Amino acid sequence: MREGAALVALRGVDKVYSNGIVALKGLDLAVRDGEFLSLLGPSGCGKSTALRLIAGLGEVSAGRIEWSNGARRDIGFVFQDATLMPWATVVNNIYLPLRVRGVPKSEAAPRIERAMQQVGLAGFGDAYPRELSGGMRMRVSIARALVAEPKILLMDEPFAALDEITRFKLNDDLLALWASQRWTVVFVTHSVFESVYLSTRILVMSARPGRVSSEVAIDVASRREPSFRTSGTYAEQCRAVSARLAEAMRA
Amino acid sequence: MNASLFMRVLPPVAILLVGLAAWEIAVRVGQVPIYILPGPLVIAQTLVRDWSILAPSLVVTLLITLGALAAATVLGVAIAVLFAQSKWIELSFFPYAVILQVTPIVAIAPLIIIWVKDTASALLICAWIVSFFPIVSNTTLGLNSTDHNLLNLLELYGASRRQVFWYLRLPSALPFFLGGLRISGGLALIGAVVAEFVAGSGGVQSGLAYRILEAGYQLQIPRMFAALFMITASGILIFILLTMVSHFALRRWHESAVRREG
Repeated sequence: MREGAALVALRGVDKVYSNGIVALKGLDLAVRDGEFLSLLGPSGCGKSTALRLIAGLGEVSAGRIEWSNGARRDIGFVFQDATLMPWATVVNNIYLPLRVRGVPKSEAAPRIERAMQQVGLAGFGDAYPRELSGGMRMRVSIARALVAEPKILLMDEPFAALDEITRFKLNDDLLALWASQRWTVVFVTHSVFESVYLSTRILVMSARPGRVSSEVAIDVASRREPSFRTSGTYAEQCRAVSARLAEAMRA
Repeated sequence: MNASLFMRVLPPVAILLVGLAAWEIAVRVGQVPIYILPGPLVIAQTLVRDWSILAPSLVVTLLITLGALAAATVLGVAIAVLFAQSKWIELSFFPYAVILQVTPIVAIAPLIIIWVKDTASALLICAWIVSFFPIVSNTTLGLNSTDHNLLNLLELYGASRRQVFWYLRLPSALPFFLGGLRISGGLALIGAVVAEFVAGSGGVQSGLAYRILEAGYQLQIPRMFAALFMITASGILIFILLTMVSHFALRRWHESAVRREG
């Protein structure tokens, strides 16, 4: 296991929205360096809220978020929809984080090119988002997160709106990237199967108010590959996680 | 020239020709006197014959129209940007933009003409008042319509207010601004013509509206129609030009300008 110390930790975090809804109550979770952590739960359990708080979007109502040294600004975020600028080409969309940091276009070009290759977008640089399929748009969104070389990648149900074939393909590509880069991923999903396939650890959350109800470490000795989806181990683990999720929803 | 453009141009042109023919026939068969309703052929002849009088007036009216439109664009966008800076500024000043918009220009034009000594400037101000509102209201709406997640993303990357404005808010306002511009183009012409009517005798620099008044007094009805035709043609031309600008700016990315397939 390459998991290390906590990169970021939420300690007793409450989040109450201005309309009085308690999204999170006493949430404790730690994201370990190098892990692929999934937050799994029914809608309304505050998993997206937790992710946004980690990203620094919005303030905690109580509790605190602790970062290990320097990781604070190295965040990549991928939303459920690709959230691209429709007026900009693929290249300029991916350039955005570097542009904000004042990196000149000429200097950024090789990095953009590399990010595009990593997600399988080579040759699409001059296309506009509306010319791309949903899966390709999501690839642009991921490339935009990658180009800034984040330490931690936060993903908010990034594949929920895609068809199953595209989702499986992106799952595999994401895993390959995670294995080759040295990232930490926090992945929000409501799919048991997706979370088991991708994660090294799953936090099952329950709703109203949102909190962590149980933790499952997914132990797969061999690297995950497409055949894993049809293996007995996978089915077993999915069953176990489903049971935890059912518990969380009863609680 | 492709088939679809041909199909879009052909029907209105055919209707126009049929209409003009019917008009000409009706005038001739009914022996309508020329001082009541001249036929299109007489009007066309007048247009050619009086070109030396009408052309300079057209230039005057067009200059005021374009000047007002330019001012409406620059000031309209500037005001919209100011409104977009804070909800308080918008709430405080937007009602006054509405007041300017709903007050009939015919009613305030005499005042402006009294207050502003230079007639051309007075006309310009009148045309500007009529035309700036669509640009202000549309651009303000556009600047406030940026995708929230894109705003979140830029906040995450630590972007400054200026960066958010230039990278996100301004581009997302572009389609809205262009929609406003198309409306303002027509309104600037109407504003210029109405103000000319109110100003009446313009001395040396007389626009088309003054020519219409003058021709009316002299019962030169064909010339009235010729001037009216020139105003309408200018309005259509302005609309076509602005539509082309809009299409050119948005053709790669905005749904309004991209051909729908499947």
